[in-house]
Amino acid sequence: MSHDGDVGARLAFDRGAPGRRAVDVARWEGTPAALPPPGLLRDAVRLPELSQGELVRYYTELSGRNFGVDSGTYPLGSCTMKYNPKVDDLVASLPAFAEAHPLAPAATMQGTLRTLAELAAMLGELTGLPAVGLAPAAGAQGELAGMLMVRRALERRGDLAGRRRVLVPDSAHGTNPATAAMAGFEVTEVPSGPDGSIDQQALARTLDGDVAALMVTVPNTLGLWERGIEAVAARVHEAGALLYGDGANLNAILGRVRFGDLGFDVVHLNLHKTFSTPHGGGGPGAGPVCATPALAPFLPAPVVTEDADGSLRLVRPEHSIGQLQQFHGSIGVLLRAHAYIRSLGIEGLRAVSANAVLNANYLRALLEGSYALPYQRRALHEVVFSGSPQRREHGVRTYDIAKRLIDYGFHPPTVYFPLIVEEALMIEPTETESRESIEAFAAALRAIAEEAERDPDLLHAAPRHAPIGRLDEAGAARRPVLRWQPPAQPAEPRDER
Amino acid sequence: MTAGGGAPTPYIPNTDADRALMLARLGIDSIETLFDDLPAALRDPAIALPPALAEAELMRLLARRGAQNAAGERPSFLGAGAYRRSIPAITAHLVSRSEFATSYTPYQPEISQGTLQAAFEYQSVVCELTGMEVSNTGMYDVASATAEACLLAARVTGRRALALLEPLHPGTADVVRTYAFGAGLRVDTLSAPQAMTAEHACLVAQQPDFLGAIRDLESVAGAAHDAGALCIAVADPFALGLLRAPGDAGADLVTGEGRDLAGPPGFGGPSLGIFAARERFLRQLPGRIVGRTRELAREGHEPRTGYVLTLQAREQFIRRERATSNFSTGQALLALAFTISVQALGPQGLRRAAELCYQRAHDAAARIGALPGFAIVERGPWFQEFLVRGPLPPAELARRLAAREITAGLDVSARPEPEARDALLFCVTEATAPEHVDALVAAMGTIGARS
Repeated sequence: MSHDGDVGARLAFDRGAPGRRAVDVARWEGTPAALPPPGLLRDAVRLPELSQGELVRYYTELSGRNFGVDSGTYPLGSCTMKYNPKVDDLVASLPAFAEAHPLAPAATMQGTLRTLAELAAMLGELTGLPAVGLAPAAGAQGELAGMLMVRRALERRGDLAGRRRVLVPDSAHGTNPATAAMAGFEVTEVPSGPDGSIDQQALARTLDGDVAALMVTVPNTLGLWERGIEAVAARVHEAGALLYGDGANLNAILGRVRFGDLGFDVVHLNLHKTFSTPHGGGGPGAGPVCATPALAPFLPAPVVTEDADGSLRLVRPEHSIGQLQQFHGSIGVLLRAHAYIRSLGIEGLRAVSANAVLNANYLRALLEGSYALPYQRRALHEVVFSGSPQRREHGVRTYDIAKRLIDYGFHPPTVYFPLIVEEALMIEPTETESRESIEAFAAALRAIAEEAERDPDLLHAAPRHAPIGRLDEAGAARRPVLRWQPPAQPAEPRDER
Repeated sequence: MTAGGGAPTPYIPNTDADRALMLARLGIDSIETLFDDLPAALRDPAIALPPALAEAELMRLLARRGAQNAAGERPSFLGAGAYRRSIPAITAHLVSRSEFATSYTPYQPEISQGTLQAAFEYQSVVCELTGMEVSNTGMYDVASATAEACLLAARVTGRRALALLEPLHPGTADVVRTYAFGAGLRVDTLSAPQAMTAEHACLVAQQPDFLGAIRDLESVAGAAHDAGALCIAVADPFALGLLRAPGDAGADLVTGEGRDLAGPPGFGGPSLGIFAARERFLRQLPGRIVGRTRELAREGHEPRTGYVLTLQAREQFIRRERATSNFSTGQALLALAFTISVQALGPQGLRRAAELCYQRAHDAAARIGALPGFAIVERGPWFQEFLVRGPLPPAELARRLAAREITAGLDVSARPEPEARDALLFCVTEATAPEHVDALVAAMGTIGARS
């Protein structure tokens, strides 16, 4: 990894020379057909011209300026950055799966369809919600699918017009309220009580006949069990509403308690989190929905169905909310998640939640005393600390603490979320971190707490040992430069508005 | 699985000894205690999953499953939204680097410059191809990107109806309807752009259209603008190596499918939704956007160039229910693959590949059209897909080809367009093996001679 020079100033577009190429394309050697009229054709397209070696070196250099789970500890809270088994990638890349056209006749795709059907059945079993739709491309699209299923179900029973509101706890991921709005509902925020769970009295006050659903993350984003969730479910159902579950934190309770048993009507899962498919720098993911049998007719299309003769095909559920993608979903991600579950079995998956929760609590114990713990309850898969004493006493923000962690060789945790914790540090070690790496991570954070007292400027100036220092993010938003422009016509700085 | 006090799985390092040490620190005897908050009556339900498989057993199982897929091997002339491309070998090599593959959304730019700079390359490539001024870092797929473009159009025009111009991919139309159901928007299907009204927020037009023909996008965009609506072009980015950039033809928003240039079809996913726009819509864009900036000033240090996620005030984690979209995790790795493929082809390679695709498809169509009993439906200029009418009903023709282990083009005979009547939609690309075309022509010749 080269830290010299200004790598960022030279894009692929700025490298190479006219006439170089990274790959050959065959020429058409037959009699050429006439091209379409010139008015339908384009001028030359401006693209880089690099030899193959130059292009490979450039992207290899960029990869060295990145940090992944394979590089080191990556305890990004609520993102479940666990080690991704390589055999799962290998399975998905088998040509028999990877080369298939999405419209290939079902008779020629029985191996893939069998595997998808098995994954759906396993997710149904793990959540206690047997109606499973695999189509959503990511968690947020799974949320949208679930909330559109709520909308469709209410519409079918003639109850949509009067139910305009969706309740969302103040600890929720931002995707929850954004999803409710996309599904056509108004959002009412429900406060958390002092123990981090939903404030039951506040919920009772706002839970009326005009509520379509309550969206709850279990365990919640504080890494805490949502106390009394069964009672909440009963109350929601009494009010004629549905209970939506955000399964982003399923890693904590895998094999230990099921959404369906708790009274949820529909949940989405994040397969790239719980079932360990690579996060890809921000996708691809997969966000299946699991629902009660009553909601099965509304699942997104398509779902796999088995005919009497044992053959499988893709069908559209009777009152489906419709398709979410042009084809069938993130098949490559689904295949990886299937391989992961088949590798571990139920005992392996229970070991996942056991060790994820043990690791988070061990980390909590090692850091208690160095950082404030706004909720004193036992953690599940992640623990949320607050850097507000450091800010108050030493003028050091959680932002600075995160940047200093980079100098110690770690990826920082999630910061400033959940919003209900000031200066939040949300740490999720996952089960794939060793005891030693958790101890090393905790030692780094303790050392940083001491540095904050002794030499706050050390933190303000961090990171020093990264491919690049702190960047002018405000300037980036004020004068957006969002694409390459040829050097001869430099981009005009553009002001906001 | 925990025989001998070892680690429970290959992916979990904690041994019994580690656990004992950690529990001692917590002052408890058992991990189960950590789950005491969970409702006791519902704890540890019986869950029936197939038994765990060691790595080698898993590979054997999936190899057996793969053997039940016949699709990957045989000649196939399916297109209809998924097109086999010749992907440069370096693409798969580079995206498999785990610094790219095992990272996440670049919240910490100092150690995510690889993902961020590559995303900036992606935005640049998309703008160059589409003729647009701004691009996000990519969405789920072409259909959901198009649905998001429709929502954007409804927001900026304040109108409550969407217009879809046929022939449009049925999957794209379906996803637009799904999103429109949530947003409470009406969806109209038009057979000509002149049917636009002042109620429509946008006109969605596919390039080339679903039945393969190259549109004159300028007249489509003109009709949309005359009605005070936005023109959303749904363009195949590979075809844009040859065809006029939609931005140049007047489109306001451009979406497209990037999966085909990122890797093999993968039974349709994961995919990559291209989303590009005119600059005036920048603050209405859904999804992530990467911007170029500099290091903050430090004494004795020349600030270097870097990249960050920017204009985040549009996004769900800040704006919550008032965000432009709920979009979060996207398709970053496919965007990287797409970028590398396009940049590896370069300006000449992309044009040459698109022309090779065009010529191979036209050659195949000419050979089929010359067979007794077969005809190619005339629809003006086209790129890589063509409508074939044969001596037998489409379903029967497809069945006869399947009996010869050839997958025919898609049966579109149920579509409303008169030209689709009795027709199969065949696709030939630059990556279709010439011997597969030979096999198809020979099989059709035999079928034609017997009927």
